[in-house]
Amino acid sequence: MAKSTMSFLGAIGAAQKEAMDADERVVIIGEDVEANVYGTTGAGKSRKDKGDFLQMYGRNRIRNTPISEEVIVGAAAGAAMTGLRPIVDLSYSSFLYMAMDQFVNQVAKNRYMFGGQASMPVVFRSAMFYGLNTGAHHSDRPYPMFMNVPGLKIVVPASPSDAKGLLRTAIDSDDPVLTFEACMLWGLKEEVEEDEYRIPFGVARTVREGTDVTVVAIATAVPEAVKAADALAEEGISVEVIDPRTLVPLDSRAVLESVAKTGRLVVADPAHKTCGAAAEISAIVAEEAFDALKAPIARVVTPDTQIPFSPALEKQLYPNRESIADAVRRVAGARPRQLADAR
Amino acid sequence: MDLAAMGSTTALEAQRRMLRIRRFDERASKMVKRGQIPGTVHTSIGQEAQVVGATMALGDDDYMTGNHRSHGHPIGKGSPLGPLMAELVGKGTGVCGGKGGSLHLADFNVGSLGESGIVGSSIPIATGAALSSKVLGNGRVSLAFFGDGAANQGCLYEAMNMAGTWDLPVVFLCENNQYALSTPAHTVTSGVIAERAAGFGIPGVRVEDGQDFLAVFDAVTEAVERARRGEGPTLVEVVTYRFNEHSEGLRLGVDYRDAAEKASWLEKDPIVLFRKHLVTEGVATDDELDALEREVDAEVEEAFEFSQTSPFPDPSVAFADLYTEPFGPTHLSRDGAKSAEQAFSTIGA
Repeated sequence: MAKSTMSFLGAIGAAQKEAMDADERVVIIGEDVEANVYGTTGAGKSRKDKGDFLQMYGRNRIRNTPISEEVIVGAAAGAAMTGLRPIVDLSYSSFLYMAMDQFVNQVAKNRYMFGGQASMPVVFRSAMFYGLNTGAHHSDRPYPMFMNVPGLKIVVPASPSDAKGLLRTAIDSDDPVLTFEACMLWGLKEEVEEDEYRIPFGVARTVREGTDVTVVAIATAVPEAVKAADALAEEGISVEVIDPRTLVPLDSRAVLESVAKTGRLVVADPAHKTCGAAAEISAIVAEEAFDALKAPIARVVTPDTQIPFSPALEKQLYPNRESIADAVRRVAGARPRQLADAR
Repeated sequence: MDLAAMGSTTALEAQRRMLRIRRFDERASKMVKRGQIPGTVHTSIGQEAQVVGATMALGDDDYMTGNHRSHGHPIGKGSPLGPLMAELVGKGTGVCGGKGGSLHLADFNVGSLGESGIVGSSIPIATGAALSSKVLGNGRVSLAFFGDGAANQGCLYEAMNMAGTWDLPVVFLCENNQYALSTPAHTVTSGVIAERAAGFGIPGVRVEDGQDFLAVFDAVTEAVERARRGEGPTLVEVVTYRFNEHSEGLRLGVDYRDAAEKASWLEKDPIVLFRKHLVTEGVATDDELDALEREVDAEVEEAFEFSQTSPFPDPSVAFADLYTEPFGPTHLSRDGAKSAEQAFSTIGA
């Protein structure tokens, strides 16, 4: 299979194009999608270059919306219930709150409360602009709030390959999917399959194998955890990095099996601490694998504060390679080298 | 439209559907008082002309969404009474398998995409169904029922703007029964609801006598035809009155509706009015209409029996239909063999 270098954002655009080509029921709606402002609704970066979706598919299938999140989300739900398969670009993930009623009361509940009469094949994409000095209104990582709403599927990709394969699965899903894309990963590049492929939901990716400590990492914490693991290897600590990729459904088996092997767990999650994804993963391990644990579970998360604008203030808040490495050292005990010798 | 133009079959069907709603809701009210329905219900008694005038203006394949006062909408669209009544009781044979109840009836077989218990919240859903029709080019029209209370929700204006911009085939149908629970609409509503359409460049129509089936039918038919021609949305406001309390069994310490006002509206019973009209115009005799009433009584009695003799759903059904493809132990399918207790005990395993 042919591979080419794709950025995270380019991979999303490739998945959207594949889906638009494959199924005429797939439509894209959102603010500024016609002009390909974010680079995910065109073949190349500029219209002149390779054309954009508006030229390729016409305005019937790609539509700029008014800035009206409540009706965007609700109309996408109504369209999904009646034969379309919409992809909704909500740009910033903080804008999802404008449509909270539609997400919680309509999108998530309609299939259930109508006894299975409705299916809801709709994907809501949004970007998390944290870490980019965008201030408190544009820096949210709201996926844990939506993990708390049964009926939704929650995807947080952390690599270009995953972004492409997970988005195809999301578009194929007859259930509503919310994908949260971290902007700090947009420029990340790797070799990605050019052909169509799908990555199943609920299957974690073991990014790096290790034997001493399991680090479950989400979004930007994934590459940071890998960097931490590289550094810790030199100290003699072997770290296994697991990216759940989808938080609902969650591959708890992969986490539990890894913890059964390592006996130690660090969860690195850029969302807030209270009731976050890290809290849920920690609780599952505490409930199901308490006997395997050799040390308390550690969470490396964003403290329960709002996000400040100043670069001097913001950067320290999110999990990074140093804070993840510190947590790993802590759960591995004070004598990491001896731990390596004992192995 | 006069009755001659409508034809006797359609006219009698309208009377039948209005009667079905009346008798169904009267029985539901009785069932609430007898403890045969858990919780409460909101009846459409008094508003039947407004409901059936709108639903009969729609085609069989057209879509609609409802609200909390919404037993009448699927009935008006032709839904059979048994599964609706069973749903009010929470039975497994209910139209939603017992998962929705009075506030969330839906019958996709007749284009009823569901009722929303959140005021105004189903308006965007109807708008989306219209987007679907437009993109797929299938000619289906969508209609959103909402009350005077919902007319003050922001999502209506987002929806009218989107539908107006995209010329979506949707009718925004405001059932103005003049009270949001105890609050008189005029005390919380600036201006006239129908006139708000002008701000979006779409037609706004006010049916002053919503007790007159033909007046409602004509106005909504025009809006539906306009939508089907691809000319976009219409806002139709129908002024009507609910004869019962906001919800059955509700006892308020204050009489928020003036006695004289109430008495004058009770005289404008849409079913009595239309019956008189049918007789005067020679569409049917009193005997024929008595027979029709007896048929509807029997239908409602049969629906009641069905609701009583049907079994309650198995506890495992609580875990069904959350997702199309169940995953994990908490998301069991209908066929899932595990019990509810087992499911709870293995969360996250």
